[in-house]
Amino acid sequence: MMGAVATLQALVAEGVDTIFGYPGGAIIPIYDALYDFKDSLNHVLVRHEQGGIHAAQGYARSSGRVGVALATSGPGATNLVTGLADALIDSTPLVCITGQVFAHLLGTDAFQETDIINITTPVTKWNYQVTRAEEIPEALAKAFYIARSGRPGPVLVDITKNAQMQTFEAPAYAPCTHIRSYRPAPMVRKEYIAQAAALINSAKRPFILWGQGVVLGRAEREFREFVEKSGIPAAWTILGVGALATGHPLNVGMLGMHGNYGPNVLTNECDVLIAIGMRFDDRVTGRLDKYAKQAQVVHLDIDPTEIDKNVKTTVPVWGDCKETLPLLTALVERREHTAWLARFNDYAAQEVDAVIREELFPASEELTMGEVMQQLNEITGGEAVIVSDVGQHQMVACRYARQNQSRSHVTSGGLGTMGFALPAAIGAKFGAPHRPVVAVIGDGGFQMTIQELGTIMQTGVDVKIIILNNQFLGMVRQWQELFHQRRYSFVDIQSPDFVAVAAGYRIAGQRVGDRAELRPALEKMLAHPGSFLLEVMVTKENNIFPMVPQGCSVAEIRLR
Amino acid sequence: MSPEPADRQEYNITAYTENQVGLLNRIAIIFSRRKINIESLNVSPSEIEGIHRFNIVIVETEEVVEKLAKQIEKQVEVLKVYFNTNADVIWQEMALYKVPTDVIAEKVLVERLLRENGARAVVIRKDYTVFETTGHREETDNLIRALQPYGLIEFVRSARIAIIKASDGFHRKLQEFERREPSEEVAENEFLNDREQVFTM
Ligand SMILES: Cc1ncc(C[n+]2csc(CCOP(=O)(O)OP(=O)(O)O)c2C)c(N)n1
Repeated sequence: MMGAVATLQALVAEGVDTIFGYPGGAIIPIYDALYDFKDSLNHVLVRHEQGGIHAAQGYARSSGRVGVALATSGPGATNLVTGLADALIDSTPLVCITGQVFAHLLGTDAFQETDIINITTPVTKWNYQVTRAEEIPEALAKAFYIARSGRPGPVLVDITKNAQMQTFEAPAYAPCTHIRSYRPAPMVRKEYIAQAAALINSAKRPFILWGQGVVLGRAEREFREFVEKSGIPAAWTILGVGALATGHPLNVGMLGMHGNYGPNVLTNECDVLIAIGMRFDDRVTGRLDKYAKQAQVVHLDIDPTEIDKNVKTTVPVWGDCKETLPLLTALVERREHTAWLARFNDYAAQEVDAVIREELFPASEELTMGEVMQQLNEITGGEAVIVSDVGQHQMVACRYARQNQSRSHVTSGGLGTMGFALPAAIGAKFGAPHRPVVAVIGDGGFQMTIQELGTIMQTGVDVKIIILNNQFLGMVRQWQELFHQRRYSFVDIQSPDFVAVAAGYRIAGQRVGDRAELRPALEKMLAHPGSFLLEVMVTKENNIFPMVPQGCSVAEIRLR
Repeated sequence: MSPEPADRQEYNITAYTENQVGLLNRIAIIFSRRKINIESLNVSPSEIEGIHRFNIVIVETEEVVEKLAKQIEKQVEVLKVYFNTNADVIWQEMALYKVPTDVIAEKVLVERLLRENGARAVVIRKDYTVFETTGHREETDNLIRALQPYGLIEFVRSARIAIIKASDGFHRKLQEFERREPSEEVAENEFLNDREQVFTM
């Protein structure tokens, strides 16, 4: 069997149905083999490898499966770097396969040779260069196992052209289930579960912070049971969104720089902080030396390096939260923290008065980003997969999107990669074909990967695109306004006629600027068979509040 | 610049790893990314066939070292990482000194000096002689200073190697790992580490 065929057989054996890629000289043998795999592998031809890897990320995030991206050597491979970095920090399981020059040319500065293994070492969970066909099945088996197990992450397998073309006696494909030096999940220590439960049971003002670990561990049910039995208010990080429905009475909102008022302020008042599958990112904690100093901390995480990394824990609960949460739930007392929960609701009411009402139901003429999300919520009822890009609109989308179920919000959390949303939305639709997928993107970010409209055109994938156009690189402008004396240095960005551009790609579209047009346009977009681009002209200089200014404590969150 | 925290001291990090191309780089960037300088690094086979042992020396606080150790252990091909202060290990460095032979032959003083420092001649040629000493940094340093006036031509010192006083090797630990998550039926990839015949430049 040829190495190239073995590569594709491995993908099929791993249950892959869709791959995102772009061909080139060093990966032609695999593309040649792909010609015969049309029935089992759906290959999506993207317009740029960055689009390919973001699409694979969107696929992985919406489906919970491993995303696969294919690229050629040299420039193809280096175009994956941003997506790898993004996937690593957001723990997204990916297998990227890159072509490489012939093994005998390695290190000779051959045409389109780059040392992609060394380039991608800091941005992969694992990577490996294959130089002989015999290595392929086992290298890929390892790659899939590493990508999806433990704390998931991106891996890259670089395959030299000779290895793709070589024929060999291929054994039956054996998935990998164990690597001697790799312990994906630490052993659960029962004594820590007991200590954690005792601490939680003794708490007067306990507070749960949850992150994507709950989603990655597929522990949404276990998590809800823990929250409901313990009666503890729970707030989410940007990637944890949806693991507990936004409408749940114990879901008190979003944490962090642009999170909700109550969860931020009360972080510094709780007595026991229970962090589940989250990593105390600086966008969540603000100033660390003023972060929850009064609290005893219980931290549940599968990755031992996260424990004590930023915040010192009182009780570390190592392990997969799918396993640890039920053990903990069994030991915690059924409680209601009525007075404590009421304090969150008080803050929520203050936030509505100061910020939210005006955002969602503005009195001014001009449209706000918030009301677009509000209208969208009303139409979709919280059932759509929202894919957001990076900037002000992202914070608005995360703050206001209603989400009834997990895996409903795909966004670039840790890296904050502009240009993420359009390709990720394409991938998200392939990953969740029966759900509506709505991308919410800024005028700046959209232009970073605008070429993927071509992918939509060619595949006919159904993605609804909302561009929230404030004619600025809005988030940067906000910082310049607040912290740099309104010196608007290179943030006023011109855009093409987006609707006309979409039309050029045979994608339907509309632009709205008046309130009266918004609702009908959203309804039309969602009812439209196939992709649709809706450009909404919104207030130019709107700021996202609340905000924890850089270098401040979470309790110093500003309402305006 | 912030002042040096008083509790910074030399730590010896010991990592047991698979013998894998590129792993050195993966480990090294854990330090460089945090702008931590590696004082000394030695990689060699361990007491178990196929498992390599890294000895890395850095000057840091215990808190930092602990985090680094976890990050290293997190790498897929790393089996186990320990870290110890100098008091907890037995450590040695080796030094080679090249000196003109005529000076050695003529000067009695030099001979005494070498003997006092426990130096051993490794090579004696007409033009130069190479001596070796092994010991802690101050010991090997002493001899350089002493030899300098006699025309020390060249000097080299090895990375540090260290044995942990309280450890009983890695054999048992490895067995423990395998008991917990046995790998019996899973064939380790015989090709993954076997890379000769590839480079035909
Ligand atoms: C690739 C990349 N480059 C630069 C940035 C810095 N950045 C963060 S938000 C932002 C502005 C985004 O503007 P736009 O897409 O119009 O969205 P808005 O904030 O206006 O909603 C920029 C430039 C980034 N996050 N990613």
